[in-house]
Amino acid sequence: MYAFDFHRPATLRQANNLVGKVEDAKILAGGQTLLPTMKQRLASPAAVIDLSGVPELVGIEQKGRNLVIGAMTSHAEVASSALVRAALPGLAALAAGIGDPHVRHKGTIGGSIANNDPAADYPAGLLALGATIVTNRRKIPAGDFFTGMFSTALDEGEIITKVIVPTGAKFAYAKFRNPASRYAMVGVAVGKKGSSVVVAVTGAGSDGVFRWADAEAALGKRFNAKSLDGIKNPAAKELNSDIHASAEYRSHLIGVMARRAVTAATAK
Amino acid sequence: MAGTGIGARVMRKEDFRFITGKGNYTDDINRPGQAHAYFLRSPHAHAKIRKIDTAKAAAMPGVVAIFTGADIEADKVGGLICGWMIHSKDGTPMKAGAHPALAVGKVRYVGDHVAVVIAETLAEARDAAEAILVDYEPLKPVVDLASATKKGSPVIHDAAPDNQVYDWHLGDEAAVKAAFKKAKHVTKIDLVNNRLIPNAMEPRAAIGDYNSGEEAFTLYTTSQNPHVARLVLSAFIGIAPEHKLRVIAPDVGGGFGSKIFIYAEETICVWAAKKVGRPVKWVADRTEEFLAIAHGRDHLTHAEMAIDENGRILGLHVKTRANLGAYLSTFASSVPTYLYVPLLSGQYNIPAIYGEVEAVYTNTAPVDAYRGAGRPEATFVIERLMEVAARELGMDPAAFRKKNFIKSFPHQTPVIMCYDTGDYNASLAKAMEIHDVKGFARRKRESAKAGKLRGLGYSAYIEACGIAPSAAVGSLGAGVGLWESAEVRVNPVGTVEVLTGSHSHGQGHETTFAQLVAGRLGIPIENVAIVHGDTDKVQMGMGTYGSRSGAVGMSAIVKALDKVEAKAKKVASFVLEAAEADIDFKDGKFSVKGTDKSIDFASVALQAYVAHKFTGEQLEPGLKEGAFYDPTNFTFPSGVHIAEVEIDPDTGVTTIAKWTAVDDFGVIINPMIVEGQVHGGIAQGIGQALLEGAVYDANGQLLTASYMDYAMPRADDLPSFRVDHTTTPCLSNPLGIKGCGEAGAIAAPAAVMNAITDALGHENIAMPATPQAVWQAAQAGLARAAE
Repeated sequence: MYAFDFHRPATLRQANNLVGKVEDAKILAGGQTLLPTMKQRLASPAAVIDLSGVPELVGIEQKGRNLVIGAMTSHAEVASSALVRAALPGLAALAAGIGDPHVRHKGTIGGSIANNDPAADYPAGLLALGATIVTNRRKIPAGDFFTGMFSTALDEGEIITKVIVPTGAKFAYAKFRNPASRYAMVGVAVGKKGSSVVVAVTGAGSDGVFRWADAEAALGKRFNAKSLDGIKNPAAKELNSDIHASAEYRSHLIGVMARRAVTAATAK
Repeated sequence: MAGTGIGARVMRKEDFRFITGKGNYTDDINRPGQAHAYFLRSPHAHAKIRKIDTAKAAAMPGVVAIFTGADIEADKVGGLICGWMIHSKDGTPMKAGAHPALAVGKVRYVGDHVAVVIAETLAEARDAAEAILVDYEPLKPVVDLASATKKGSPVIHDAAPDNQVYDWHLGDEAAVKAAFKKAKHVTKIDLVNNRLIPNAMEPRAAIGDYNSGEEAFTLYTTSQNPHVARLVLSAFIGIAPEHKLRVIAPDVGGGFGSKIFIYAEETICVWAAKKVGRPVKWVADRTEEFLAIAHGRDHLTHAEMAIDENGRILGLHVKTRANLGAYLSTFASSVPTYLYVPLLSGQYNIPAIYGEVEAVYTNTAPVDAYRGAGRPEATFVIERLMEVAARELGMDPAAFRKKNFIKSFPHQTPVIMCYDTGDYNASLAKAMEIHDVKGFARRKRESAKAGKLRGLGYSAYIEACGIAPSAAVGSLGAGVGLWESAEVRVNPVGTVEVLTGSHSHGQGHETTFAQLVAGRLGIPIENVAIVHGDTDKVQMGMGTYGSRSGAVGMSAIVKALDKVEAKAKKVASFVLEAAEADIDFKDGKFSVKGTDKSIDFASVALQAYVAHKFTGEQLEPGLKEGAFYDPTNFTFPSGVHIAEVEIDPDTGVTTIAKWTAVDDFGVIINPMIVEGQVHGGIAQGIGQALLEGAVYDANGQLLTASYMDYAMPRADDLPSFRVDHTTTPCLSNPLGIKGCGEAGAIAAPAAVMNAITDALGHENIAMPATPQAVWQAAQAGLARAAE
C-alpha cells in the first residue's frame, strides 16, 4: 500500500462535498476489492473516502411494492433481513452466497455494483429483478447501469445511495463457484414478473454481466426449466476462458445454472 | 486409556497459548533497532542481468542499505547447497548449478532474488525496491517439463548443459526384463503428479541479529530444523562458526516440509545484520510464498506392471521425469530418488522392480520435499497401477491387492527396503467392513437414479518413515546423519525439562513427548516441559520431517529416560539403604523389593541434588542425562484408505461421499493428535487430487500465485472421515512407533483418482480433477458409452 489521505464523512452531504473536492479519490464502501488491490499496489489513489460513517446509507425498508436497500448495507444484512427473506428469498440467498463471512460483513451492495466485477453476484441479480440504482444525482435502471467489465454508468463524483428492488417477482440465482476464488465462474439470475423474464449471466461474459435473450424468449412463453431444452447456450466466443474454465465449459454451465435457477424460482 | 500416559487422548498443552494469541512466532519477535528487508524479485523466468542501478533507490527515505549479488560475491558468502549427492547411471555426480543467495549475472525463475533493500520500515524498503533499475536481457525460458532436455533448449545452468541434473536408476533391470517376458498381462499407465505449492498458515520469516561485542549472530527463523540450518549456514555458507551462530525457531505455524530448507532470505537477513549493524527482519507475504517457497511433487511417469496368469505381479518398471525447478533446494535431489523408488513395492510382493528417474532443471521455483516427499508419488504410481490392472484383468481391486500382499515378515523388497512388520490383510478387511463396501452397489444405483456417477477407489499405501539410519542414508549420498538427540533434565523439585532436537510446528510434541515422560516417571504431565527449537538450549538435533519425531525423537528420549532411571535408582539405593539391584521403580515410586520402604520420584530428585546420602566418590550429584538415538531401520506405516465419490456429470463437480481410513501406525501415543494428523493429511491429499495445481504459462509466469487461482481445500470440500486403526508395533524402536504425519497425504490422491476413474468408467483424467476436467472426462465417457 502507498500512502494516501483518508476521509470519513459523517453525512451524505459531507460525502458529496468531499467527492467534489478531493482529487484522485476512491470511495471506500466496504473495501473488499479496493483494499486488497491497494495492498498489492495495483491501485494507488491519492485519497480514500470511507462511507462507513454515513448512517443514512445503511438499512433496508419496504416502500410500497419495493424494497429499498441502502448502498452501505452489508451482504450479511441483506442475507439475514426478514424483509428481504419474506419478499425476495432468492435475493437473500444470493447475498448469503457472496464471498465468505468476512466479505459478507464488510462488503456492501453499493460497493459491489459500483465495482461491477465481471464475476460479482449482485449485477446479475439486480438486472434480473429490474432494480433501480439511486445516486446522489439521479436514478439509473439496472439495465443501463452495468456498462461493461468493471465499468458502470456512474459519473465522476457520483455516489450510489440506495438500490430500489421491485418485489413480487419469481426470482432465483444459481452460481457455479470458481474452485479457488469461489467467485462466480458462472452465475445465472432468473427473474419473472408478469410475462417478462430476465436471464442475467455473470462470471462468464468477456465484457461482464449480460442478458441471455434466447433463454428469456423461451422462458417468457413457459417458465419452466424444460423450456430451455433445445435452446443453444450462449456462444463460447463471447465468453471468458482461463485456467479454471474454458469458454466452452462456461457456455455449458450457463445452460445448467439457468435450468437450476428456473427450477429454484418455481419451487414451492 | 485413562490418565495422561501413552495412549491417552490428552488435550494439547500448547493450544492454550495458540488459541489465546500468546504464541511466539518469528513475526511476534522484534529486536531493538531492527530494520526491515524487502526482496526485489525477478519478473522474468530467465534473463541475464546486464546492470543493476541502485543509486536512486539508495537515496530514498529510510533506506539503510541495498545489496545485490555483487555484495554476496565480494563477501564470499557461500551459495545455498543441496545436501544429498545423487550419481547418474553412468557414475557421474549430479550437476548442481551455483545457487547464490542473491542472483549473480542471471535470474532463473520468476521470484528469484535480485536485490535486498533494508530500510527503517517495510513500506520504505518496498518503495525503494521499486526504484531499483535492473537492466535485464530476457532469455527464452524452459518451462515445460516434458521437453526441458530437448536438444536446443535454452541452458539454465552452465554446469548442466542439457538441463539434466541426473539420470538415476535403482533395481535390477535384467530381472525386470525377464519378468516382462514371462508376463501373461502387462498394464501400462502414464501419470502426472501435479506440482503443489505448500501453504503453511504462517509464511516464512526471519530476523538476523548481530552482537558486535561478542561477534555472535542470532537468527530467528521459521525452521523445522534449526540445527541443520545452523550447520549449513556455518559450514557451507560461512556466516559464522557454529559457536558464534545461534538459530532459534520459535513457534512455527506449519511446515509440511517447506520449512526444512535453508533459503536465500534467512541467509541474507543474518548476513546483512552484521553489514548494517542492526537487526534485519523479513516476513514473507503470501505472494512471495507462492513464487519462491520450494514447491512439491511435479513428476511425469510411465509405469508398467507385469502380471502372470494367476494374477500375481511379476515385475514393475517405472520411468519418471522429475522437475527440480531452477536451483537444487536443500534436499531436492533425494526426493524423486531414494524417497521414491524404494517405496514402489508398496504393500506387494513384487520380485523385480526397476526405477529410472531423470531429474531436470526448469525456469520455475525450486522443488523439494512436501508432506510425504517421494512417497505420495510412489503410492500414486503403484496404487493407480493396481487399480487399473485389476480392472483390465476383470478382478475385484481388493481381491487383486489381497492376492499380492506381502504376508510374511521381515520382507526384503528388491529396492532397498526391508519391511519389519505389518498385517495388510487386516487393515484392508477392517476398512472394507467399516466402509460397507458391500453396500456400494446399492449406493451406486441410488446415485444413478439421481443422475449421478458413483465410484469407489482404494489406496493401500506404505511409507518409509522414522527417517533414518544414518549409516544407511550416508551410503546413499546423504550429507548428514538422521539420528535424534534428547536430554532429560530433572530439577531438584522433581519437575522435568526435556530438550529435544525434534521441532514442533503443529505436531503437538509438547503434549505427546510429555505424555511419554510423565508416564515413565510417574509424575504429573504438568511437571514436564518440552524445550526445542533453540541451538543454545538444545546442543544438536536433526529436526522434524518424514514422520520421524515419534519414532526417532521419542526413542532418544526413551534412551535418556533409561539413563535417568538408572541414576535415580542409584540415588534411591543410598537413601533407602538398600542394594541397587533391590530397587524397583514403578508408578513414580522407588521401593525396596520385599519391603514397604519407598521414596517418590521428586524426593529422589532432591536427594540427587542435595547429595547428602552419598559421597562424591560413590556417586556424581545431579540428575540429568542425554542420549542420541540412531534408528536401526526405517519404520513402515501402512494402511488402506477407501474413497467414495459422486460426480455430477452436468457440472463435473466431484463430491467425496464417504471416506474410510484404517492405518497401522504401530503404537499410538495420543489418538486425538494422530486422528488430527490423518485428517489434515487426507485434506492435503484430496487437495492434490481435486483442487491444487501450480500452473506456469509458457513464459514462466506463475498463474496460480494467489488464492484467487490456487485452490486450497476448504472444510466444505471434505467429508467426515472415518478413521480407525490396526496395530502391529514397529520392531525397530523401543516404543513400537511407526509415525503418522504424512500418511493421509500419501494415501489420499490415489484413492480419489481410483474412485473417480471407477465412476467415469475410463482412466483418462489427471490430477487435479477439477470440475472442468471431470466434466470433459465425463462427456468423453458418455460419448464412448453411446457408441
